[in-house]
Amino acid sequence: MSILEVENLSVSFKSYTDGFKEINHKVISSLSVALEAGEILAVVGASGSGKSLLAHAILGILPSNASISGSIKYKDEELTAARLATLRGKELALVPQSVNFLDPLMRVGSQVRTAANGGDAVSAQRKVFERYHLGKEVENMYPFQLSGGMARRTLLSTAMVSGAKVIIADEPTPGLDPVVIKEALSNFREFADNGCAVMLITHDIESALQIADKIAVFYAGTTVEIASVKDFVGKGEAIRHPYTKALWRALPQNEFIPIPGSQPHPSSLPSGCLFAPRCEMATPECEQAQPEMRELRDGMVRCIHAT
Amino acid sequence: MQLEAKDIGFRYGDGPWLFQGVNITLEPGEIVGITGPSGRGKTTFCRILAGFESPIEGAVHMNGAPLQKNGYHPVQMVLQHPEKAINPRWKLHQILNEGYQPDQELLNLLGIEQEWLTRWPHELSGGELQRFCVARALGPNTRFLIADEMTTMLDANTQAQIWHAIMEIAKKREMGILVVTHESKLMQRLCHRVINFNEFD
Repeated sequence: MSILEVENLSVSFKSYTDGFKEINHKVISSLSVALEAGEILAVVGASGSGKSLLAHAILGILPSNASISGSIKYKDEELTAARLATLRGKELALVPQSVNFLDPLMRVGSQVRTAANGGDAVSAQRKVFERYHLGKEVENMYPFQLSGGMARRTLLSTAMVSGAKVIIADEPTPGLDPVVIKEALSNFREFADNGCAVMLITHDIESALQIADKIAVFYAGTTVEIASVKDFVGKGEAIRHPYTKALWRALPQNEFIPIPGSQPHPSSLPSGCLFAPRCEMATPECEQAQPEMRELRDGMVRCIHAT
Repeated sequence: MQLEAKDIGFRYGDGPWLFQGVNITLEPGEIVGITGPSGRGKTTFCRILAGFESPIEGAVHMNGAPLQKNGYHPVQMVLQHPEKAINPRWKLHQILNEGYQPDQELLNLLGIEQEWLTRWPHELSGGELQRFCVARALGPNTRFLIADEMTTMLDANTQAQIWHAIMEIAKKREMGILVVTHESKLMQRLCHRVINFNEFD
């Protein structure tokens, strides 16, 4: 059973140019993903592909000029604003991407304690700090006194003490050393094995492969592929979408060869397949319409040529 | 043009020494990696090399002489979070041209598109902003580049794009690069040698 289900989600931002001229930028379009209990779903893709926006849409913390269509269900029930208000921070927790999410005027130990739901907040905080190798002196520090890696471990601690059923972790690992990454990732795995669910938003395919069950690949605001981690081996022959293949080939441990260009800006999306302008396999057919997600070899792909 | 850090020691206020006795020499065209656990002062050390911070002990020398205190600093640094390294109230062309005027060739190499120049920083993604931070650090008088977790926030394709561009420029200009990263695979791919920062305590 899916614990969290996102169906046909679109997010657009309203902005004004030249005074009163209103424009709408569609930043996420027809996106569907499902999170199963006991599972870690990794969401990978370029920055600006809408990964963080998905997290913010699920938690209902998008800015006020954003509008959403489609449905987000938690435990088979629509996540309304009222329902979110009671679940957020209790059953649904976010590990935010930016270290700017810490309160600059509050000692980090106290920040983590405010996130604990019930029980002894102080000992919960000390336990989680110890687990992430944050010394005893750290709880009395202010965010500006922390290094990048320490701040990120503080953010992780906040979600871990909350006792949530679903953790949405937005880039939790960059800048951490391998020991702490391993600790954080095994923490997520443990969490999922206890029947909870994790959405791990990352561009670090390597870490994702170590612990995730499935990988959803984002490009320009939508999913282009959902694949099992087992498909990411060798030269990537088992991978379905050309963009996923390109990402795989660009890894330093593989070929380290990038494809040129960057993903289209939301204000100038191509009419057909969003990846077509950079795709080697593109044909005139690709420019007709955006391909639908279809099932292929136990996964999903949004490409008419994928085999 | 050799960059030399001699017996560098640093601490904040009266706190414990973050590191002491750090000796590193960087030759032109050489690409050296620094690795080590987070919170041990890798970034602080980079800031000392780039002149943002003065060492409590030791000195940074360029060609055997202390670094000049004014003018263009020959050691330029690119940080992990581009969104924190640029002025949010400036448009991107202003940010790009603050230190010098990068030529079109460099912009093409880094994949900076003309239409981005009239945008505000919050309208671009991290990967796009980081290209600007790299471009503005690569002025004609930059002899050494310090990449402090420069591509950590970027996807694999953008990471490879930026590094390919930088390696090409480094080769052409005989520029030395200090790479700080936790990603051992990237380190192996790029660096001639690797220094473990853990050795200095």
